[in-house]
Amino acid sequence: MVGWPILSLTTFVPLIGAVFIFLIRGERDVVIQNARNVALWTSLVTFLVSVFIYVNFDPTVAGFQMVEKGDWIPGLGVSYHMGVDGISMWFVLLSTLLTPLCILASWDVVRERVKEYMIAFLVLETMMVGMFCALDLVLFYLFFEGVLIPMFLIIGVWGGPRRVYAAFKFFLYTLLGSVLMLVAVLAVYWVGGTTDIPRIIDTVAFPAGMQTWLWLAFFASFAVKVPMWPVHTWLPDAHVEAPTAGSVILAGVLLKMGGYGFLRFSIPMFPEATADLAPLVFALSVVAIIYTSLVALAQEDMKKLIAYSSVAHMGFVTIGMFTLTTQGVEGSIFQMLSHGIVSAALFLCVGVLYDRVHSREIARYGGLVHVMPAFAVVFMVMTLAAVGLPGLSGFVGEFLTLVGAFQVNTWVATLATTGIILGAAYMFWLYRRVIFGKLVKAELRSLPDLTPREFLVFAPLVVLVFWMGVYPATFLEPMAASVAKLIGDYESALAAARSVAVAAQ
Amino acid sequence: MTEFPALLPAAPEIFLVCAALGLLLFGVMRGDGSTHLVGQISVLVLVFTLILVIGHGDGREVTFSGQFVMDPFGRLMKSLVLVAATLTLIMSLGYLEREKLRRFEYPILILLATLGMLMMISANDLIALYVGLEVQSLSLYVLAAIRRDHGRSSEAGLKYFVLGALSSGLLLYGASLVYGFAGSTNFERIAAGLDTGFYGLLAADVSHAFGIVVGMVFVLAGLAFKVSAVPFHMWTPDVYEGAPTPVTAFFSAVPKVAAMALLVRVTMEPFGGLVPQWQQVLMALAVGSMVLGAFAAINQTNIKRLMAYSSIGHVGYALTGLAAGTEQGAEGVMIYLAIYLVMTVGTFAVILCMRQQGRMVEDIEQLSGLARTHPMMALVMAAFMFSLAGIPPLAGFFGKLYVFLAAVEAGLYGLAVIGVLASVVAAFYYLRIVKLMYFDDVLETLDRQTDDKMTAVLAATGLFTIGFFAFPAPVVEAASAAAAALVGG
Repeated sequence: MVGWPILSLTTFVPLIGAVFIFLIRGERDVVIQNARNVALWTSLVTFLVSVFIYVNFDPTVAGFQMVEKGDWIPGLGVSYHMGVDGISMWFVLLSTLLTPLCILASWDVVRERVKEYMIAFLVLETMMVGMFCALDLVLFYLFFEGVLIPMFLIIGVWGGPRRVYAAFKFFLYTLLGSVLMLVAVLAVYWVGGTTDIPRIIDTVAFPAGMQTWLWLAFFASFAVKVPMWPVHTWLPDAHVEAPTAGSVILAGVLLKMGGYGFLRFSIPMFPEATADLAPLVFALSVVAIIYTSLVALAQEDMKKLIAYSSVAHMGFVTIGMFTLTTQGVEGSIFQMLSHGIVSAALFLCVGVLYDRVHSREIARYGGLVHVMPAFAVVFMVMTLAAVGLPGLSGFVGEFLTLVGAFQVNTWVATLATTGIILGAAYMFWLYRRVIFGKLVKAELRSLPDLTPREFLVFAPLVVLVFWMGVYPATFLEPMAASVAKLIGDYESALAAARSVAVAAQ
Repeated sequence: MTEFPALLPAAPEIFLVCAALGLLLFGVMRGDGSTHLVGQISVLVLVFTLILVIGHGDGREVTFSGQFVMDPFGRLMKSLVLVAATLTLIMSLGYLEREKLRRFEYPILILLATLGMLMMISANDLIALYVGLEVQSLSLYVLAAIRRDHGRSSEAGLKYFVLGALSSGLLLYGASLVYGFAGSTNFERIAAGLDTGFYGLLAADVSHAFGIVVGMVFVLAGLAFKVSAVPFHMWTPDVYEGAPTPVTAFFSAVPKVAAMALLVRVTMEPFGGLVPQWQQVLMALAVGSMVLGAFAAINQTNIKRLMAYSSIGHVGYALTGLAAGTEQGAEGVMIYLAIYLVMTVGTFAVILCMRQQGRMVEDIEQLSGLARTHPMMALVMAAFMFSLAGIPPLAGFFGKLYVFLAAVEAGLYGLAVIGVLASVVAAFYYLRIVKLMYFDDVLETLDRQTDDKMTAVLAATGLFTIGFFAFPAPVVEAASAAAAALVGG
């Protein structure tokens, strides 16, 4: 079963589909229909292939599995090295799950330049999956920044009225962070003598003074991606202007690239700097949680509100992983997965309304429960999941991260918890204003409820939200070994550094 | 009794000069009507010269009493120059037809300029260097002004000539200083002198080599002029804008590579013992070029001016690699130049396709909505723009990777950080072109592209730019071997 390169297949099947779409010629309508079909089937096949990653995955192994290695750039010893562990596997699955849903969600909505749209999404999927599988720094960087090109085009071509501004801001912000990481990657190469990620993690110990600089350079890149306060300002703009499916991928997967980066690089490679600078991360995250929650309360635009709530939720993620406790790290990964699904679904909900009314202003809505009961239920489930109602996915992640935080710093835990209260406030208020109340506006009276296609998009997400909330073990068990190794390595590296410091005195 | 020199190492140059002179005779007899034929034969001549260059072995051979050297470094750089010259000449032929610019001298001048560049790359002596440089420069001055009836073109030629002459003067002055203090113009003798000391002075005490350092700085200033590094860049935007577009394409790709190769050889071979001295000069040049190239291009509306500033920036990146002063640095410069050359030629191929009602247009606004009217051309242009900005997985990223790799190895962290930050600023104006093509509505439709040769150039350069990440090995290995030969030999 493992005879064939399953990770490369998952990564490059979308690219093959994109090439197919590129080659489609003929009548405009036929081209559009074929492009949609090819894109949907390609992404579904990719998802099926990625399910085999899960099936083949051995949860008892802490290291990387399904490893593929081949020569790539001679001279530097940079290789094409792919593999997944209990952490990255979930993000691969998240990416392959959301892409077909995105394509389905934009089925009738995107009418302009459909061919290019589908190509952009499939290329984007290749970049995302490749990034989570890459086990070589240069390969990782290639995919990590390669994401910018399709995303820039998606926001800029199919976006809203201020799309140009948003696309530029997104691109340049992210690029600014990443190029600093590039310099750090090169420094890692010269100090460690390799760009192979497992080898660096296991064998290379960076000098303490250098660790801080390298950590900060990686932080510049990942903090923008997460995004952490105060470099989060690109996110609301990008979300508001991006088309629905673009927002879904942006919130669902791209934000997780930052969190994943912390887990894969910052913590295992620079343990001493992580220990020193964790308070900085805590401080920024707490500010993010409280500040962006308050900002979310004041929003008039639904997408902007959810965008700010994303920043707050990602604050829990960064707190959790930098506690370096089992609960905290597992909770942060779980929170990322949960947020990937919940925020994706919330953006899809906004998309449903936008497709019907062509407005994202909260004030334009009200009383929708009377005409769109099914939609109201889906929106309710997702709102509750975002708020962290026990039994739904959001609760598990937030609870675990707070348990982790409480062991390390009670103040951080206390302040972060206020974010949950504020989160409930803005989400419920949003829900009340849009769904409940009297149906007074004439244009809303004739709104159709969810179409079968939209049901199809929401169904897997709703199922997953319940599954993750009721039986989180399915998701936590495969990641346990890898998380234990991450924390174990971190603690032994720290202990070694301390004993060196003591011996020096 | 002087020995007859070995001619084989110089076979490509000898063939090229004979062919150019033969074609000149032919052209004079047949008149301007033969432009197209001369052009096509010139392409064949360049291709054959390329074959001769590639056919040269791996060894290092010195001939003409130590004036001329042929080594793997020279082979790679000459191949790059010839490939770029061939592509730009192919692109020019259609332009000459359309613009009724029938002058048979045009292809011949390109051949002669290329000849000068090949000699520059193979120069192993300050005098040979100067002769090669002048053969190149004089042909280029005329090329810039080839549209005699056109004010801007004449102005460009004159400007280029005056400033180029000044830079040649600087270079000559520096060369004479070096000769005065080192006692030789030969690269190997200068290098040996720096190792063991001149006239009993020890190299370890570099203050005695002060005269050489001053001379070297003048030589570097002269060469910086040729590669248009800041602060010797002033001529570039005006000349790029004023010269006919295919000439600009030639300028931005070919002489830049040749002059850069010369710079690499001069710094690595004769002045290889003075790395700390020239490193600071090159760092200053690199920082200035990267920063100016990034900021000055933002407000440009003429695409040729924009590409001029962009090329200044790219020279800065290449110099960043060279400033490392290591084998890795030389390798980085070569990879950077190879990739830069392809992207530039491709970009200019797109610019040459920008025509409305048969007339060339140069305003970047004219690219608006290109993705709707010419989707393939827009795709290729977008690939070049993202690549010039250094976004992976396109080729330009690998160029940047290698030069910054060298800078970081040499501990030049400050330079690397300034470089990557400048690249973010530069990304803005490359993105602006993508924005015009993809986000904006059609302003005025450009003419259909009908030239097959142009399509071929676009396809080749586009495929290279997009597909480089999958097969980086050939370019990387060639550069690595060339760098090893240069530094080791």
